[in-house]
Amino acid sequence: MSKRWLELSVGLMIVAGLAALVALALQVSGGNLSRNAENYTITALFQNAAGLGSKARVTMAGVTIGEVSAVGIDPNTLMAKVHMKINSQVDYLSIDSSASILTAGLLGEKYVGLTVGAEDDVLVDGDVIEDTQSALVLEELISQFLLNLGTNK
Amino acid sequence: MATIIKHITDLGAALLSKLAKIGKALLMLLQAIIVKPKASSLPRLMQQLYVVGVQSLIIMLVSALFIGMVLGLQGYTLLAAYGSEQAVGQMVALTLVRELSPVVAALLFAGRAGSALTAEIGLMKATEQLASLEMFGVDPLHRIVAPRFWAGMISLPLLVAIFSLVGIYGGHLVAVDWLGVYSGSYWGNMQQAVDFNEDVLNGMIKALVFAFLISWIALYQGYSCIPTSQGISAATTRTVVYSSLAILGFDFILTALMFGGAV
Repeated sequence: MSKRWLELSVGLMIVAGLAALVALALQVSGGNLSRNAENYTITALFQNAAGLGSKARVTMAGVTIGEVSAVGIDPNTLMAKVHMKINSQVDYLSIDSSASILTAGLLGEKYVGLTVGAEDDVLVDGDVIEDTQSALVLEELISQFLLNLGTNK
Repeated sequence: MATIIKHITDLGAALLSKLAKIGKALLMLLQAIIVKPKASSLPRLMQQLYVVGVQSLIIMLVSALFIGMVLGLQGYTLLAAYGSEQAVGQMVALTLVRELSPVVAALLFAGRAGSALTAEIGLMKATEQLASLEMFGVDPLHRIVAPRFWAGMISLPLLVAIFSLVGIYGGHLVAVDWLGVYSGSYWGNMQQAVDFNEDVLNGMIKALVFAFLISWIALYQGYSCIPTSQGISAATTRTVVYSSLAILGFDFILTALMFGGAV
C-alpha cells in the first residue's frame, strides 16, 4: 500500500468525521449554535404553573420567541414565578401583554403563550407580567365537571 | 477465627494486587504519552490512524445504517399506536446521539481495533521486538504505544459522529422513504428536541472517555501479556471483555451525570 493512499484515506476519514459533526450541528440539532444570542428576561406570576419546566417554549401567535429559564415560588404572593428569556429582536411586547400556560395537543408539553395588549410602552428586561392564565390541570377540570353533573340533577 | 482472618487477609491481598496492576497500567500510559511531540512521529501516527480508524470505518457504517433502520422501524410501529409517528425522528436522533452511537461504536471499536492492538503488541513482545528496540536505545512506549493511543483517541470520536449521522439517515430511509412519515416532521421534531451542546457534545465526551478506556486497556494488555501464544490469546480476550464492561459501566455513570438528576 502506497504512502499516498494511506495519507489520503486518513485525511478523508478526518474530513468525513468533522463533516458529520457539522451536519449533526446544523441538520440534526437545528443549527441552534447561537444559543447565547441576545435576549432579555421577563417574569410572570401564575396561580398554577403545573407541568411547566425550564426550556419550555415561549410563543407569540404560535411562533417561538423565547424559552422559560426558571420556575420558582414568589415568596410574597405565594404564586408560581416563571422567568422567561425572550429573543431581543422581539422588543415590541406591550406592558399590558398577558401570558397563559397552554398545552400542545391533549397530552403534549406545556408552553407559555403571550398575547400582546394595546399599550404603547413595551416590556423591558426585568418586567413582570401580571395578567396571566394558569395551567390547565386535568384533574381539577374533571372534578369540576363531576361537581357540575351532581348539582344539575 | 483464624480462617476468618485468613479470608480477610486474602481479600486485602487481592485488592492490593488489583490496585497495583491499575497503577502499573496508569504509569505505562503516562510514560507513553507525556512526551514532547515530534514532527518525525507524525508518519507513525498516520499509519495507526489508518489501521485503527479507516479500517474500522466499513463496519461502523454498516452497523450504523442497520441500527438506524431498526430504530426507525421499531419507533414507527410503537409510536403509530399512539398516533404520534411524527416523533420518530426525534426518538431516533436522541437515542443515537446520546446513547447508542457512543456505546455501539465503542463496542465495535474494542472488538475491531482494540483486540488487534493487543495481539500486535503481544506478538511484538513474544518475538522480542520490544526488547530489541530497547537495546537500540529507543523507548518502545514512545515508539509503539503512544501513536496507537493517540490514534484511538482521535478516531473514535470521529467514527461516533459518522455513526450518528449515518444512523439518522438510516432511520430516515425506513420511516420517511418506506413507511411514509412526512420528511418535514422527521427533521423538524428532531431539530426541536436535539440540543447541540447538551446532546451532541455530551455524546462526543462519551466517545472520548470510551476511546481512552479502550486504548488504555488494549495497550496495557498487550504490553503486559505473557509472551506465549496462549498468553497473547488470553490477553486479547481480556481486552475485549474488560473494554466492553468498562464501556457499559462508564456509560451508565456518564449518563447519570449528564442526563440524570437534572430534575
